[in-house]
Amino acid sequence: MTEYFPDEHRPRFTVIGTPVQRSDALGHVTGRTEFFEDRTFPDLAHIKIHRSVHHHALLDDVDRSEALRVPGVLRVITHADVPANWYGVLRLIGIGPDDEPVLAEDRVRYAGEPIVAVVADSEAAAIEGASRVRVRYTELPAVLDVEEALSPDAPIIKRAGTNYFVFEGHHARRIRFGDVEEGFARADHVFEWRYSSAPIEHAPTETTGCIVVPQDRGRLLIHSNTQAAFFTLDNTALILDRPPTDLQVKGGTVGGGFGGKVDVMVEPLACIAATITGRPVKFVYSREEEMQVSSPRAAERIYLKDGVLADGRIIARKIMLYVDAGAYARHSPYGATKAAAHLPGPYTIPNVYADCHCVYTNRTPSSAMRGFGVTIADFAIESQMDRIARALGLDPLQFRLRNAYRDGDLKAHRKVASGTALIEVIQRAAALVGHELPEEYRAMSSSTPRGAGG
Amino acid sequence: MTLLHGRGYASVNYPTGMNLGGDPSQALIHATTMGGFVVSLSSVDLGQGLKTVVAQCAAETLGIPMANVIVDTADTDTGPHCMGTFASRGTHRVGNAVIMAAREAREVMLRVAADELEADADDLETDGTGYVRLKGSPATRIHVRDITLAAHFKQGRTISGRGIFLKERSYPVPETGEMDPDSCQAHACTVADVEVDDETGVVTVLRLHNAYEIGRALNPAMVTQQVEGGAWMGVSHAVFESTEPGYPASRAHGPIDFCEYLMPGPAEIPVQTSVILERPAPDGPFGAKGIGEMTANGPIPAIANAIFDACGVRLTTMPFTPESVLRGLDARRGGGPAG
Repeated sequence: MTEYFPDEHRPRFTVIGTPVQRSDALGHVTGRTEFFEDRTFPDLAHIKIHRSVHHHALLDDVDRSEALRVPGVLRVITHADVPANWYGVLRLIGIGPDDEPVLAEDRVRYAGEPIVAVVADSEAAAIEGASRVRVRYTELPAVLDVEEALSPDAPIIKRAGTNYFVFEGHHARRIRFGDVEEGFARADHVFEWRYSSAPIEHAPTETTGCIVVPQDRGRLLIHSNTQAAFFTLDNTALILDRPPTDLQVKGGTVGGGFGGKVDVMVEPLACIAATITGRPVKFVYSREEEMQVSSPRAAERIYLKDGVLADGRIIARKIMLYVDAGAYARHSPYGATKAAAHLPGPYTIPNVYADCHCVYTNRTPSSAMRGFGVTIADFAIESQMDRIARALGLDPLQFRLRNAYRDGDLKAHRKVASGTALIEVIQRAAALVGHELPEEYRAMSSSTPRGAGG
Repeated sequence: MTLLHGRGYASVNYPTGMNLGGDPSQALIHATTMGGFVVSLSSVDLGQGLKTVVAQCAAETLGIPMANVIVDTADTDTGPHCMGTFASRGTHRVGNAVIMAAREAREVMLRVAADELEADADDLETDGTGYVRLKGSPATRIHVRDITLAAHFKQGRTISGRGIFLKERSYPVPETGEMDPDSCQAHACTVADVEVDDETGVVTVLRLHNAYEIGRALNPAMVTQQVEGGAWMGVSHAVFESTEPGYPASRAHGPIDFCEYLMPGPAEIPVQTSVILERPAPDGPFGAKGIGEMTANGPIPAIANAIFDACGVRLTTMPFTPESVLRGLDARRGGGPAG
């Protein structure tokens, strides 16, 4: 069998490269692993949220009186109890503006948006209390489609004045490489198709949650299933407007993350409730909240236009990509930039034009999820590759090999490619399924400069 | 009714680390009295095995058995900063930080051993079983337990090390998108074999063949788990999942539990074959790249392409529901509602 990368350094190891058993495997299968929710406290209080029933509406009145009469209800927390109510998790890496309220103030921008948080002695009392909150709304026109949101007559739903995130003065994260129109003009064939996806759920076994326990001298100990302990701590401290040293996050055991536990959704309100009541407070999403309120993977819409020469070389690719961020930014601007960095996929194309839009709609805010920015783009790109190969009567793997990027190629974002191996994984997969490749394609190598080896 | 069979291909790459960098992780290591080495972190193991691979990195670098390594993590009072577990960064960032910390601790360990053996530290080596020995004279040796005891109670030295990994932040040029987004790229080619029922529209993914290039397989068993577990998620995205059926036309009918939100059960899991190639990344821990996220990506278009191969229906909207397959088949027959 072919040996791939025979010249690469292969030192002798003792434990690297061996199948050491996962350290938490036995604990997981015997039930001994301790998750945050396995901790019990005699005076534990619980939080449940009263949420918006409208996509977009003004809040005329929020009446808490009946909720406060429910036996066991301790407090109904509103935006006025949140010291720094407007936030954005990416401010830790200098990306703004802070565009989301922890609890709604004068309006809601998606169905499911939190309006008030009910703290109670028991989970049942918290649920009952949350159901007794009465809200009077004035409905506003909602925007539910990414391209409609960008049309000039769409209602503006964001404080910042645009229904899209502004990337340093631009309405999209741009890639401009070569001259894509000249490439289309020179192409023998031009193909243009549209791809799209619906939002999906991380579907962790363990829903998002935390227990906050007041400590001596006012410190708060946060038992959390966050994917990022300091990211949660720092963001929570900013929302609480308290020194970060007031907080301690303990975690590290997570029943499924996939990007769903980096949004900092439960810790700030649980900290506020623990501070107000002086009691340990648990805030954990129900399965319904996890599926319909917590951030999904963004739906995307992608238009791909390719110019191809008769011999199967792609010479121009234009991508218009729309990320449905929902009502608030969360991690979506980061995802749109990551999408731009990924384009035009693992192929060397001399002319590339991309606009990656992060668009706001009156939907559940989307955010991080395993591969976001790339997963849906790969669906579009690799579907496109299959369709072009079929349209030109080319073998699908040979068509990919002909266009595969190699060491030394300049990517569309102008970084020189190195450590590439697309050619080899295609060759190996072909061998795995008995897909015959001609010698010319079997001889290709990622480390052989383009032109030198075909 | 006919069961139609098809095969589809997809080849993908994926970046390691937070996009544009600027995402540090730190590690601290110290020895305990009787030969334990505690790796202190604040990183989160999501179940993918981060604690296991960083223990392997520490043991390999220190030259001691895995059993001597204790990983203490995810407490912000005791562990140094980590940006978090996302962006296929854990193994790469934390692994590098642990190796750096372990190198520093190893150096002190060898100097303590040298004083005990009355030898030069440069002439010493670890044997991986718990001993430090004189190169070329393996009978002259000292056990790591005796080294750490001597450090604590005789020489008064701390055997410890500090490590950090940071890829400097890149800022994109707004006009052109020029940027340095990644540390390295991993690669994969997926071949999917599917069966399409032309009466019900149900797509069954029969087999997935996965070829991955991941830099270095630090733990080959866990690599396969990640490849095949991620592929399961890809199958699920491709043919089952949506929180908003009918998106974007409707926000109604959103599933609220696992009875309504469908995912592949045991009967829907394809047979998988996975092979791993290694092209070590110069900045990876022992050459490793991150593949946490990408393993869901290849299967989706491979399945879309296999569906077309099977029945001639091109599905351009995820997920590939039975309804969309049937509408596509109707359109091909020229009857029924237009697809």
